[in-house]
Amino acid sequence: MSPSIVSAVYLLAGILFILGIKGLTKPKTAVRGNQLSALGMLIAVVVTLLDSSIVDFSFIIAGVLIGGIVGATMALKIQMTSMPQMVALLNGFGGGASLTIALAEYFSKVGADPSSFAQLVTPIAVESSAFGAGPEGTVALISIGLTVLIGAVTLTGSFVAFAKLQELMKKSYGLPGGPIGNALFLAAALVAVVLLVTNPGNSLAMLSIVALALLLGLFLVMPIGGADMPVVIALLNSYSGIAAALAGFILGNTVLIVAGSLVGTSGLILTQIMCVAMNRSLANVLFGKMAAGGETVDADEIYAGKVTSAQPDEIAMMLEVAKRVVIVPGYGMAMAQAQHAVRELADAMESRGTEVEYGIHPVAGRMPGHMNVLLAEAEVPYDKLVEMDRINPTFEDTDVVIIIGANDVTNPMARESEGSPIYGMPILNVDKAKNVVVIKRSLSPGFAGLPNPLFAMDHCLMVYGDGKKAVIDMTTALNQS
Amino acid sequence: MEILILLLALFVLSLFLGVELITKVPPTLHTPLMSGTNAVSGITLVGALLAAGSGGSPLLVNLLGFVAVTLATINVVGGYLVTNRMLAMFKRK
Repeated sequence: MSPSIVSAVYLLAGILFILGIKGLTKPKTAVRGNQLSALGMLIAVVVTLLDSSIVDFSFIIAGVLIGGIVGATMALKIQMTSMPQMVALLNGFGGGASLTIALAEYFSKVGADPSSFAQLVTPIAVESSAFGAGPEGTVALISIGLTVLIGAVTLTGSFVAFAKLQELMKKSYGLPGGPIGNALFLAAALVAVVLLVTNPGNSLAMLSIVALALLLGLFLVMPIGGADMPVVIALLNSYSGIAAALAGFILGNTVLIVAGSLVGTSGLILTQIMCVAMNRSLANVLFGKMAAGGETVDADEIYAGKVTSAQPDEIAMMLEVAKRVVIVPGYGMAMAQAQHAVRELADAMESRGTEVEYGIHPVAGRMPGHMNVLLAEAEVPYDKLVEMDRINPTFEDTDVVIIIGANDVTNPMARESEGSPIYGMPILNVDKAKNVVVIKRSLSPGFAGLPNPLFAMDHCLMVYGDGKKAVIDMTTALNQS
Repeated sequence: MEILILLLALFVLSLFLGVELITKVPPTLHTPLMSGTNAVSGITLVGALLAAGSGGSPLLVNLLGFVAVTLATINVVGGYLVTNRMLAMFKRK
């Protein structure tokens, strides 16, 4: 296969990836877009397999079989509520793939064939010209070092994110010194990159980059709390793309560069959207704690004697006469697996002529678009899922808002209480509706650790208990009336 | 050196294209976007295949290539399948 044909096929694959993402701009064209993207992947792989430098297919067949079975099993078995965990793992595997490719390229160029660890760390006399003539060799070495660095951070960082999302790791651990500790680790890893570039045969420097970056990934993500995971997942998604693009520079491979940079920008844009939706900077999410409130807010003072609770059948009576209802889901809906029950309640209301929409905050759930996927699974039409900016003006004409498993994103302190840690964060203005119903286990605070004055408002009713059961009880009561 | 400049140009233009494309994806599809781009980043499979199957390379290189092939294939197969599964739910009405 001549190199120019290979390049032409890579170009075609790149075009198909672009068309694939373009398809994702509309729900109607999205399935087709995804298929085009997969087709691009297929032709890129097939043309690569025809490369004459591939002589032994045993490792390839083994890897594709294992990877294919694991990937397909994960994709078909995973529950929609666990999608953030799945994406976290995929980010990690992407980083791991870039890491191992860069290492393979390095050891192939230095011609190391170690039979023991001692041999592996013994420096080898290699010039940077082994990696390419003149500046190209230097750039290839820098790319290798950075791919290893970013790939390894993505690998371990994603596994910590997975452990947090799966609630295997509930506490937060960090380096003493927090961001300074992390900065020292990063600096040490970068020094190792420089050592590698100046002396390419220094395999100890290479292994140091790997070790430091793997640890850095752990320490970067371990201190970050569950509700900040949307940002972390989006950022790691971006890293996995950047690592792939850098690997493209190592191999001089155009399709890796195009695909990697598309993924890199996608992750970065999602990261930015998430940060804006929380009114926090990226640095604050990664390194900061939620700022301590200027004035201490006493939960008892806010709630004392003002919180009204209600039973599901009382809520059903209210819903009977409502003309317009907005449902606001949060992570609690995912935890309670209540999405199908919520859809059934909406069906019951719609059959009585009530208009029902869903108000989706950008950071509701544990990853961008998490609530949308859950509700789509429950067969809620996507045009009923309304984003924050469009739903907010409609709350004044809404008779009942039902909040299920959301807290901080509805807290009016974000709008009114200057000096509050969440002040300035855009929220769903549910308190403007005529009635608010909050389904929640207790009055416990959300991730921000703040009481929610909404719960104490006169037009707000609390329904305590399991989200799914409460919603089913409401539906039953509504259908009987 | 000229090739390097060309690759850099490709990289920069792809970044701009990425920004134009991704900002048009509606929030409803952000989760499938993430899993779909995960699948795309599995394009590293191309590099992994070359490392895993290259003749005359040290065993260490082939082994690293094998790990890379496995991980990248999980991304490709898992990413496209799970994205397809999610998007099929959005399509029906």
